[in-house]
Amino acid sequence: MIVRRLSPFNLVSIALGLTFLYLPIAILIVYSFNDSRLVSVWGGWSLRWYRALLEDSAMLEAAFVSLRVAMLSATLATVLGTLAALALVRAGRFRGRLAFSAMVYAPLVMPEVIIGLSLLLLFVAADFSRGFWTTALAHTTLTMCFVTVIVQSRLLDFDRSLEEAAMDLGCPPLRTFFTVTLPLIAPAIVSGWMLAFTLSLDDLVIASFTTGPGATTLPIRIYSEVRLGVKPEINAICTLMIATVALIVVVASLLSKRYSSTQERRAALGGPPM
Amino acid sequence: MTALRSAKTRAPSTLGRRMIVLVPYLWLCIFFLVPFAIVFRLSLSQTAIAQPPYLPVFDPAAGWEGIRDFFAALSLDNYRILFSDTLYVSSYLKSLQVGLLSTLILLVVAFPIAYGMARVPRRLQPLLLMAVILPFWTAFLIRIYAWINILQRDGLLNDVLQTFGLIGEPVTWLASDTAVYIGIVYSYLPFMVLPLYAVLEKMDESLLEAAADLGCPRWKAFWLVTVPLALPGIAAGSLLCFIPIVGEFVIPDLLGSSQTIMIGQTLWTEFFGNKDWPVASALAMLLLCVLIVPIVVYQHMQSKVLERGR
Repeated sequence: MIVRRLSPFNLVSIALGLTFLYLPIAILIVYSFNDSRLVSVWGGWSLRWYRALLEDSAMLEAAFVSLRVAMLSATLATVLGTLAALALVRAGRFRGRLAFSAMVYAPLVMPEVIIGLSLLLLFVAADFSRGFWTTALAHTTLTMCFVTVIVQSRLLDFDRSLEEAAMDLGCPPLRTFFTVTLPLIAPAIVSGWMLAFTLSLDDLVIASFTTGPGATTLPIRIYSEVRLGVKPEINAICTLMIATVALIVVVASLLSKRYSSTQERRAALGGPPM
Repeated sequence: MTALRSAKTRAPSTLGRRMIVLVPYLWLCIFFLVPFAIVFRLSLSQTAIAQPPYLPVFDPAAGWEGIRDFFAALSLDNYRILFSDTLYVSSYLKSLQVGLLSTLILLVVAFPIAYGMARVPRRLQPLLLMAVILPFWTAFLIRIYAWINILQRDGLLNDVLQTFGLIGEPVTWLASDTAVYIGIVYSYLPFMVLPLYAVLEKMDESLLEAAADLGCPRWKAFWLVTVPLALPGIAAGSLLCFIPIVGEFVIPDLLGSSQTIMIGQTLWTEFFGNKDWPVASALAMLLLCVLIVPIVVYQHMQSKVLERGR
């Protein structure tokens, strides 16, 4: 193997890149603990904005709506996205496969204003009253495509001889799927769910189009506050959101790493996956 | 042998196989394809003070007569409005300009980062990869909001610059094109770094050594060897950034000025402000027309990459 040389230029560009990515977030987090009302003045450490947040019932309610929408849509999206990935990788050729894959990849890059507007018009045409359910359906449609891509790449690179072995030994197809395939793609399904969850929690544009009275999501709430100017409470709620997501990502990646290495070892040794 | 294998590994049963395809297929048809048809139909309608706020409304009870009236009432007026008003034309041009320029900036910024990542010792690479992906998981809105803290008039950037004596008076960063470009580059950086890293990581370093042995200067070797080999990554990253940037709403709305408006904002204002759903639909259709070629190219590349994995 050729040893790759790491020049000072390489090191500097990585360092600058990571600084650029993380410094603004770090500043936001630090300033959420700032006692001063002014953003540019440091008034010492304090939790007063977190306390203010606890009394902001509109914000808390919006957070609750967002969490429910994210839970529901991520779960639906994971089921649909996994099915779509199976359809693309395992179902062989079927009529309209090209159109199907086009519909899966298009939402990944399609501007959100277009998706939001078109879904809203669908709900209006179907005379569906807008609110929690319409937002959840819209988020499901967007995020299932991300789940599909993640699960699809996992399905493409795992060892199919394990499935074949199970079938050769007389295991029925459905059971093979649940005892061999599903455990092997489980880490991808878990990260798909998490991505769907965070994308839903994060979405402002599509939610603005598809939601209705009584179902204001957290990003919509934050957005309307931000438009009025910077407020320290917003720093606090943003820090809490970052902490939640970071915690989920780190825990899940540790779990899936441990899980997938045991799975592969088990499979290699011929034992049943768990 | 291959035929035997594929026969054996074919998906479970016909019924199960059909369900696997049918359920997500139907879902996407209902929630992705049909909505576009409705947007198209609405872009041919007129706005009205009614519920829903547009005309004509399709009335199946009126029979053939109703269908004929319905089609007779459709018109291209909204598109004529879009082309005759400079506000719309200039916001399209602005969006394309921002899309192209920021994609270019992203390439220049992301390339050295991706190149460096690809040369770091192998065992450290997953960690760096994680570090680049992680900001993508933290909310988009939050990351833009973080920049407002920094860029506003009494914000941190002006503080730092003044402390070092680089500027006398505070500079207005916010509500400017500069702020929009900063926000876009910041938000889309992971989307550019990852495809570039994917191709650079696979590059055979011995090619560069060969070029050096044959007396090729390093900058020339970069242009003649590295860039051509990285071309698939450059194309993928550029499309992945360019397409959504053109339709971007949040970044120009929070960081940009009210003078230069991008198409996503125009659509938003038409819909939420003026309640003109037909014009908003026509704007969406035109935006789609502009983006359809890059979207198809992107899909083609995406499916080629995934098919190769088989």
